[in-house]
Amino acid sequence: MRQLRGNTSMEREEVADRNNREGMMGWLNPRRYGWERVSYWLQRLTGVGLLAYFIAHIYETSQITGGPALWEAFLELTQTTLGHIILIVVIGMCVFHSANGIRLIFAHGGKGLGKPGRPDYPYDAVSLNYRQKSGIWIALILALVAMLYGASVLFGGE
Amino acid sequence: MTEQLIEKIETMEKKHEKQKHQREKEYPKSSVTLKIYRANRRAGESPHYDRIEVPVQHWTTVLDALLYAKAYKDQSIGIRYSCRMASCGSCGMKINGIPRLACYTKVSELQGREITVEPLSNFPHIRDLVTDFSQFFAHHHNVEPYIQNDNADMQEKNKLTEFIQTPEDVDKYLQFSYCIKCGLCYSACPTVATDTQFPGPQALSQAYRYFIDSRDTAPKERLNLVDNRHGIWRCHFAGSCSSVCPKGVDPALGIQLLRGHLLGYSKNEKKAAELKERQKKDD
Ligand code: HEM
Ligand code: SF4
Ligand code: FES
Repeated sequence: MRQLRGNTSMEREEVADRNNREGMMGWLNPRRYGWERVSYWLQRLTGVGLLAYFIAHIYETSQITGGPALWEAFLELTQTTLGHIILIVVIGMCVFHSANGIRLIFAHGGKGLGKPGRPDYPYDAVSLNYRQKSGIWIALILALVAMLYGASVLFGGE
Repeated sequence: MTEQLIEKIETMEKKHEKQKHQREKEYPKSSVTLKIYRANRRAGESPHYDRIEVPVQHWTTVLDALLYAKAYKDQSIGIRYSCRMASCGSCGMKINGIPRLACYTKVSELQGREITVEPLSNFPHIRDLVTDFSQFFAHHHNVEPYIQNDNADMQEKNKLTEFIQTPEDVDKYLQFSYCIKCGLCYSACPTVATDTQFPGPQALSQAYRYFIDSRDTAPKERLNLVDNRHGIWRCHFAGSCSSVCPKGVDPALGIQLLRGHLLGYSKNEKKAAELKERQKKDD
């Protein structure tokens, strides 16, 4: 690995207060740069959400070691309205993250992005093409359908 | 060959002509209020906004409007510009919150009567609308943005080495070479926003530009240059760079294509074989 030229610690100190990086604040607003930025934002939110669910899930299932009664009592938590809503959100996160994730696995290696050419006005970027946007929309629609189905199972019937 | 190319260019022109008409929404107005970010932090000045009203025509660019304000209302406004025609890359700023070239943004294409102009984010701020590009240029410098070819004779001036390229070879990198180093992509990138060591879309797409050039013989070294903890893997393809680039460089495309080579999605053995063959012929 090579050292950054022109980025010495002295210089860094000098510019520290004038650095003007957007930081997390820029990240929190996904609406300025189109669907691909929304996808990036949702992929991270759902990824972190799934990680949180995963940890909670391990904790929940580990309750079985305290005997069936404790397990049953803990499972009751998911039978409340709030429990249902959380599960529906988890279903949505899971479906969006996986579907969009499969798109990203290809896109991250340049598959499905189109070929470089000779750009001309109005200079639309080929990588932000409708195949990619459709992928994002399909992931969103699949997540919505799965959530609706989940809601019908959890809240409907019985 | 030539005929095919002309035909291709003609169909492209027709397509773009159509898109142009669909695209250019106009919001006519006779004057706008510029809301200009003002600060000279070194002099201890805290940031504030100045509102200046300027008359505009439908061809007035944001840079024209700013220069009018500077000429007739407040000479102390700090702006950087040079070519006024989207070629030099000096006039990048945030216009209504989005990084754009002031000389390439017409007032009439912006909605509303107030236009907010602010310095580019992710660049150290100097004064008013002027930012410091030294980190950005250092990242560009770090990807070694020049052709490296073992067969080129740099010593003997009389012996010229010629490297022939087909139009197809040129098309692979041409669009990435259109970069004017304006830094708009660097300002829009969510990874650059939190990681100062990340090379950013501009530098990474330049890494690809030289990597894929058939005259360059250092592809391995180029991959090693970006394959590190703060390197190409920090790109999550948010696409914001490509959506703001004013020259159609599409840096996100270059980055993903380069990563394709690192991931083994695309192989460059063909290029290596070609070079070897050419070398044999030269000898
Ligand atoms: C079919 C299953 C899954 C697929 C195909 C998948 C795919 C992906 C992809 C492609 C990314 C984007 C990486 C990037 O932008 O560079 C990602 C991000 C992420 N994933 Fe998954 N994933 C899956 C399941 C999970 C699960 C179960 C978890 C949690 C335990 C998880 C946690 C995360 C996190 C935290 C991120 C955020 C990283 C970032 O923002 O870039 N993923 N996933
Ligand atoms: S890639 Fe585009 S946006 Fe980025 S510096 Fe070059 S011309 Fe400007
Ligand atoms: S003044 Fe040169 S790019 Fe705008």
